[in-house]
Amino acid sequence: MTAAAPERVLMKGNEAIAEAAVQAGCDAYFGYPITPQAELLEWMARRMPEEGRAFVQAESEIGAISMALGAGATGARVMVSTSSPGFSLMAEGMSYMAGSEVPAVVVNVMRGGPGLGSIGPAQADYFQAVKGHGHGDYRVPVLAPSSIAEAMELVADAFELAERFRTPVILLADGILGQAMEPVVPAYRNPDRRDADWALSGADGRPPRVVRSLDLQAEALERHNDRLQAKYREIERVGARWAGEQLDDAEVVIVAYGIAARVARSAVAMARAGGLRAGLFRPVTLWPFPSAALAELASRTRAVLVVELSAGQLIEDVRLAIEGRSPVFGHGRTGGMVPSPSDLVEALRRAWAATEPVEERRGPGR
Amino acid sequence: MTIPLPEAPARVIATRPRLLEDRSTHYCPGCGHGVVHRLVAEVLDELGLGPRTIAVAAVGCAVFAYEYLHVDFLEAQHGRAPAVATGIRRVRPDAFVMTYQGDGDLAAIGTAEIVHAAARGERITTIFVNNGTYGMTGGQLAPTSLLGQRTTSTPLGRDARLNGYPLPITEMLALVPGTAYAARGSVGTPALIGKAKAMIRRACEAQTEDRGFGIVEILSNCPVGWGMTPVESIRHLAEVVDTYPLGVFVDRVGEC
Repeated sequence: MTAAAPERVLMKGNEAIAEAAVQAGCDAYFGYPITPQAELLEWMARRMPEEGRAFVQAESEIGAISMALGAGATGARVMVSTSSPGFSLMAEGMSYMAGSEVPAVVVNVMRGGPGLGSIGPAQADYFQAVKGHGHGDYRVPVLAPSSIAEAMELVADAFELAERFRTPVILLADGILGQAMEPVVPAYRNPDRRDADWALSGADGRPPRVVRSLDLQAEALERHNDRLQAKYREIERVGARWAGEQLDDAEVVIVAYGIAARVARSAVAMARAGGLRAGLFRPVTLWPFPSAALAELASRTRAVLVVELSAGQLIEDVRLAIEGRSPVFGHGRTGGMVPSPSDLVEALRRAWAATEPVEERRGPGR
Repeated sequence: MTIPLPEAPARVIATRPRLLEDRSTHYCPGCGHGVVHRLVAEVLDELGLGPRTIAVAAVGCAVFAYEYLHVDFLEAQHGRAPAVATGIRRVRPDAFVMTYQGDGDLAAIGTAEIVHAAARGERITTIFVNNGTYGMTGGQLAPTSLLGQRTTSTPLGRDARLNGYPLPITEMLALVPGTAYAARGSVGTPALIGKAKAMIRRACEAQTEDRGFGIVEILSNCPVGWGMTPVESIRHLAEVVDTYPLGVFVDRVGEC
């Protein structure tokens, strides 16, 4: 179902994500104030009661994720949002959600860290989001929009993914995407509901249901883990998403996601204006990582430059994907700083100068 | 020798509550959890709440409550049951939502969640079983342990200067306007068990009558954690009430 408003409107990222969730049929929202995501909470505080749906400003991010666990276990469509320090507090609850297979969408509008850090934009929670977040052996799909319009689309996709695979899903944004305003043509989508024959509703005319993660029998818990891992392999098989720009003839390729990819796009244009054939590979899902597509690209690319608002996190997954097929360089800024396009053009030129054409490359990259 | 059958059929004066599964529990011999489970099952049965109950199991000995109570269950993180119950209640306004928590869970790691569920006047009912120790992990100091109580983490006894004082959290919760019912009972004697059941019923009615948050603290025994026989531990409950007096601290259920 779509309720498309055809005209372009100017929307702030946090508010756009919130309204996209309302339009996607979100039944319950729980949050706690933290910069730079507070407008998301404020938007929901007004809109959810208007729609007769649940909104609670929790006592903490721990409270918010716990409320999401409770609401999600009844089959409701649930969202929570936070920023980095609060994301740490949600790790426990997300592990329980993964273990007991409760769907929910968790928005992290990242800010500079570690610790209290800054309120500027950052991508410093990459490892935390992509490598599982909480304790235990689990994975969480991570969707990384690079524009406000894309963030709105990905909200509906995130609910769909969460409910299809009974898993929490992370929407990973940053301080710029949250705070900036952009013109968008809202194209809302309310994904179809699935039959939640596992959800809690009261044992009325049926045997009681139990939603839990505890199993003290090692054999049984291993079987549960095997089932979770099979689910993750299935998500990897169907779920990896990426977007490419100017890749057909690119000699040097930037890999970047989210707001860093926006800067990279400008850098690619500048580099091309200066005669350097650059391109952009942008993962839209950070887990599952679009490894196969990137590996194929790297085998015909002179050099790869990883651009991130972190000190070198994304680059590890890029190297794992590329497996030496091409040289990999990194350019990271931290603390709320963002590189300029000209910084990146300079980094591209250095990468080009330090490498040789693909045709002359020796070793496994050929 | 055969026993002659009575001339009239025997009259049933006690039976297993419908909502209590017919199986032996994992609880230690003499533990009070079995009694409290029975009381909860009886009250839910009598109020006809079973088919719409969604209960939240908390971390601790009673995390396995879902093995014994015949209702839907969700297992919460340690201490978070009141927040988890809040999430359920807000999207299932027709459900009867209950948490079953121990004193380590509710009065230590979960203080923020229980206080704010009460502050919001959340329409949930909390059964709070206080046995003054962390039974499941081996009998360590709980915030509720008595002064002088020997535990595995206070081997010389609880010293107020080092370990602080017992926490009267139910009295604290009774101060909050969102709390419609707060009381403390005990499984110490058959008469007290009967009173505890009446308290549980009232705490459930705080929710069904839409009055606010309801909590019953039930003083219970932990023979293994206390290093006592079951009989000694039950007798000891008569001393526990010196620190935790029994009674109803607030009852706004009847108010309009």
